[in-house]
Amino acid sequence: MGEMNLYETLRHFADSWALLVLVLFFLGVLIWVFRPGSRRSYRDQANIPFKYDREKEGRKDE
Amino acid sequence: MELIRPGILFALAFAFAVASALAHDAQFAVHMALFAAVGLGLAIWTIQTSDPTGRPMPAGLDDGLYMDGPIRFGVIATVFWGVVGFLVGVVIAAQLAFPDLNVAPVLNFSRLRPLHTSAVIFAFGGNALIATSFYIVQRTTAARLFGGGLSWFVFWGYQLFIVLAATGYLMGVTQSKEYAEPEWYIDIWLTIVWVAYLVVFLGTIVKRKEPHIYVANWFFLAFIVTIAMLHVVNNLAVPVSFLGSKSYPIFSGVQDALVQWWYGHNAVGFFLTAGFLGMMYYFIPKQVERPVYSYRLSIVHFWSLIFMYIWAGPHHLHYTALPDWAQTLGMVFSVMLWMPSWGGMINGLMTLSGAWDKLRTDPVLRMLVIAVAFYGMATFEGPMMSIKAVNSLSHYTDWTIGHVHSGALGWNGMITFGAIYYLVPRLWHTNGLYSLRLVNWHFWLATIGIVLYAASMWVAGITQGLMWREYNAEGYLVYSFVETVAAMFPFYVIRVAGGLLYLIGGLLMAYNVWRTIRGEKPQALAVGTVQRGGLQAAE
Repeated sequence: MGEMNLYETLRHFADSWALLVLVLFFLGVLIWVFRPGSRRSYRDQANIPFKYDREKEGRKDE
Repeated sequence: MELIRPGILFALAFAFAVASALAHDAQFAVHMALFAAVGLGLAIWTIQTSDPTGRPMPAGLDDGLYMDGPIRFGVIATVFWGVVGFLVGVVIAAQLAFPDLNVAPVLNFSRLRPLHTSAVIFAFGGNALIATSFYIVQRTTAARLFGGGLSWFVFWGYQLFIVLAATGYLMGVTQSKEYAEPEWYIDIWLTIVWVAYLVVFLGTIVKRKEPHIYVANWFFLAFIVTIAMLHVVNNLAVPVSFLGSKSYPIFSGVQDALVQWWYGHNAVGFFLTAGFLGMMYYFIPKQVERPVYSYRLSIVHFWSLIFMYIWAGPHHLHYTALPDWAQTLGMVFSVMLWMPSWGGMINGLMTLSGAWDKLRTDPVLRMLVIAVAFYGMATFEGPMMSIKAVNSLSHYTDWTIGHVHSGALGWNGMITFGAIYYLVPRLWHTNGLYSLRLVNWHFWLATIGIVLYAASMWVAGITQGLMWREYNAEGYLVYSFVETVAAMFPFYVIRVAGGLLYLIGGLLMAYNVWRTIRGEKPQALAVGTVQRGGLQAAE
């Protein structure tokens, strides 16, 4: 396979199947975040920074 | 067993010393000697601190759940390199206004400019990213840093990279790729350090006790992985000799240009944006004491940013030999990026909803919030400038420099300052910061400095762009190039003033951090002032 052919093959792959897969994945993410029950799970996850801030355990002088 | 590590280090030091002696150029000899000195010093240190009885190391500040030692060093390094980077920035701004300030060859603009950009992006920003990512990943996974002493290697190895890069620039070692100037052997060293960084970060996530991976860690992980990929591909090069500093990239012509700006723009997108968004998604909720406005939006923000940023690079090559379709692709993705960027900005700002009053009393929060505001401003200006018609006016002018600085000084700088003010009282267990008044002064000095910088560069850039393209009735250019340079003088002087204010703000921060670490008592506060660090310690 000549070099130009390889370039053309990759280029056509990029703007067909690869593009489709990326777009579908992205749309999938958008749908996924609105799945049923996500609201509660996201509320819990948003609170992670407040769950483990055990500075006292991480401290020698307490 | 005890002598294996120092033995290896001695052997490495010897090999570097030989490389230094046989070097083909003086710069390579200096850098190999530096490697040899570091190896020798480490070998001696390892022997002196080794303990044949195998007793456990004496308990230090770090014997708790979290490993904070490298983070403390990282915070200090961030402050130090920040001040150095701002100072060099002021110097080169002054050199542009007053060319007599160039001291050839070592302190020429051309050698100091990469020193400035690398110092602020990689030394100041990089240390801030490493330190905050180590802090955040532990406190959102409830796990200690993975890899024991490996995080110390990441910290010190990264400092060695900075010293190699900086001294290299001054000696004229450069491969002339913007933001990727270091030569091949420095690139290899950074690759080793970066892989260690990935191992520490990913290892900590793998052994997490919290089942969910908090969104800030997603941003940090994307930053680490993408930078590794960009760094390796953009720095593929063939050294002229393994005993010399010079190398040639394996790409050439327009391919090289595209790889360079694929790297260059994603350094902005993943180093200066994704990583710092990790900071935003942790420090703003913590400082406001409320969870992020919409966790759902933060996930959409993450994936949109990841999917779009990687394509935006070609907008640096409008109207060049790059094929038109690639230019248009870069432009379209840059414009689309406006949406996730503003989604993220809204998410950060709306976290304050119901708590906006805290902005009045808390200068640290004010710093974090103005950072997000500048993020919004810079991510509006950027897509606009990537539109070909606008770019034909703005490209190669000082408008671009102004745009970069409203993002770098406003977004990256301010959020880092906020993070430092948040971290120092907690890392050194002091009762709050030494002075909130100094934080307030820092805030206003930095803000006014940015306004002077950005406004002067808007005027300078548009003036420049219009003068370059002005034709007279006969079709001749109206202005010679040197006339457009002379027209810049007043704006360059205003820029120096803006940079000076920003530098003074940085010095106030260094003083404040130093006094806080020394454990000075916080100053008496005005009635109604909330000392945040103090509240934390009392909890």
